[in-house]
Amino acid sequence: MNPAFSVIVFTTIAGAAQGLVVALAVALLAGRPFSSSFAEQALLVSGCLLVIGLGASFLHLGRPERAWRAAAMWRTSWLSREVIVLPAFIAVVGLGWLGLRSGGADQPVMNVLWSVSAIGLASLLWICTAMIYACLRFIEEWAHPLTIVNFTLTGLSSGLVLCGALAFFANEPLLSVVAPAALIATLAAWVGRAMAVRRNGAIRHRSTLQTAIGVDAPRLQQNSMGMSAGSFNTREFFHHASASALRHVKRIAQLAGFIAPTLLVILAMLTGSAGAWVLAVAAQGIGLVADRWLFFAQAKHPQNLYYQIVS
Amino acid sequence: MIAWLKELLGATPTTGIVDAATIGTASDPSVTLAKQLALVIDLNVCVGCHACVTSCKEWNTSGAAGPLVDQNAYGANPTGTFFNRVQTYEAGTFPNTETIHFPKSCLHCEEPPCVPVCPTGASYKRAEDGIVLVDYDKCIGCKYCAWACPYGAREIDEVRQVMTKCTLCVDRIYDPELPKEDRKPACVKACPTGARLFGDVKDPDSEVSIAIRERGGYSLMPEWQTKPANQYLPRRVTAVAGAPAGSASGDAPLS
Repeated sequence: MNPAFSVIVFTTIAGAAQGLVVALAVALLAGRPFSSSFAEQALLVSGCLLVIGLGASFLHLGRPERAWRAAAMWRTSWLSREVIVLPAFIAVVGLGWLGLRSGGADQPVMNVLWSVSAIGLASLLWICTAMIYACLRFIEEWAHPLTIVNFTLTGLSSGLVLCGALAFFANEPLLSVVAPAALIATLAAWVGRAMAVRRNGAIRHRSTLQTAIGVDAPRLQQNSMGMSAGSFNTREFFHHASASALRHVKRIAQLAGFIAPTLLVILAMLTGSAGAWVLAVAAQGIGLVADRWLFFAQAKHPQNLYYQIVS
Repeated sequence: MIAWLKELLGATPTTGIVDAATIGTASDPSVTLAKQLALVIDLNVCVGCHACVTSCKEWNTSGAAGPLVDQNAYGANPTGTFFNRVQTYEAGTFPNTETIHFPKSCLHCEEPPCVPVCPTGASYKRAEDGIVLVDYDKCIGCKYCAWACPYGAREIDEVRQVMTKCTLCVDRIYDPELPKEDRKPACVKACPTGARLFGDVKDPDSEVSIAIRERGGYSLMPEWQTKPANQYLPRRVTAVAGAPAGSASGDAPLS
């Protein structure tokens, strides 16, 4: 597929926001103490990230003024479900933030209610976002449980690293649990994505040019794709990057998205360095954008069989 | 549906993704439409003249689906929206090669994967005749349906920013103002060799059903169970009149 920058930005930063909110909600449920000013700040950050993500997702639409219609088909469409869950999640984050600002931090029932709904909606949002891709059965790179696992793990990892950085600068004792959790989540996300990237590189696709046009000849080549200078079909479904560019992105994604944050979080835990946290967040941001680009670029759409020149 | 998800969910039909297949009459695998209009394309006689392509463009850019925009039409890299394309393939190894002209438009699948994914309901399959259509007033241009079509049958209109596709000339085939013989898709009317047949594939006595039955009509990418309504008639070797039995008009790598 041709990765759309709007979708990459939306899924990456919304994932981080979800991870950050889940980190707070879990800490709240587990009875780990943290100051309400820190929670307020973290919710504000995740709220801003979500709103930026929502804005980016609008940029993907040809007719953004009709976006409200997209909630209609929730019974059949994962995209429609995502369109419902995302604002609901933003609302819960916003309510949490408002609750804290109005001094409602010490209400155990509300805290539990908020945490459970925040965790539930964040998980639902990961599932909806991932299923948008995983439900397309003929895009075999995506139609796999790893898609859901990795959307969740990369979100948790980036959210926890961000939470660690915020906790560090707020001098929160919560850092002592967030830092190791960030480390574990980042390692898990690394393993999950490495498995998916490896699997995607080795897929033998069920569709071939033979099944695409229904001619069972061992040697079959396309002489004309039906137009002289390209079309939507030659633009939308292929990344148009060279094999070496793809390899570079793969390396950047792994290095900056997973290896660097892992090492930097360890360094920060050992030395208490502020720079390590800042670098971890920055490196992971770049790395996960590259990784999400790779997620789209690696997906080989069967329609490209009809456009042999481009794919 | 995805096999692993099906396994994961067991047989519970209450879960969302399973619902996807059971919502609406047309996408319900248990409900068979009484009528399914479709094209049957005879690869044996298609000569790759692109008359169907231009005729389709002409009719639809002036009709209910239009305008189908062209960009940079007189420049070095013209691009535009088309509902129908003719491609050319070569099978076999020289000198035993055969040229195959291959027209491709929306196949109006009986299980269209593009329809359930549409978040607005702009994409739909008509229960009365099985035609898959886009409501251009509801489409938000998210392109998800195009991603969900394994055949690449949908093209976004770059200027109007809505998804477009073959309508099977729905604004023509029922038009009482037209003489009866003209109530066919523009591509069918334009084909000089009669390579495009049009009719109801659910009627066993229709021209298309007979052609599919008698000439080995086949579906594209059957591996994805989309049940395309449009089918293709394979190339066949024609016997040379007066020649000894068994000899053909040429070497046929496809036989």
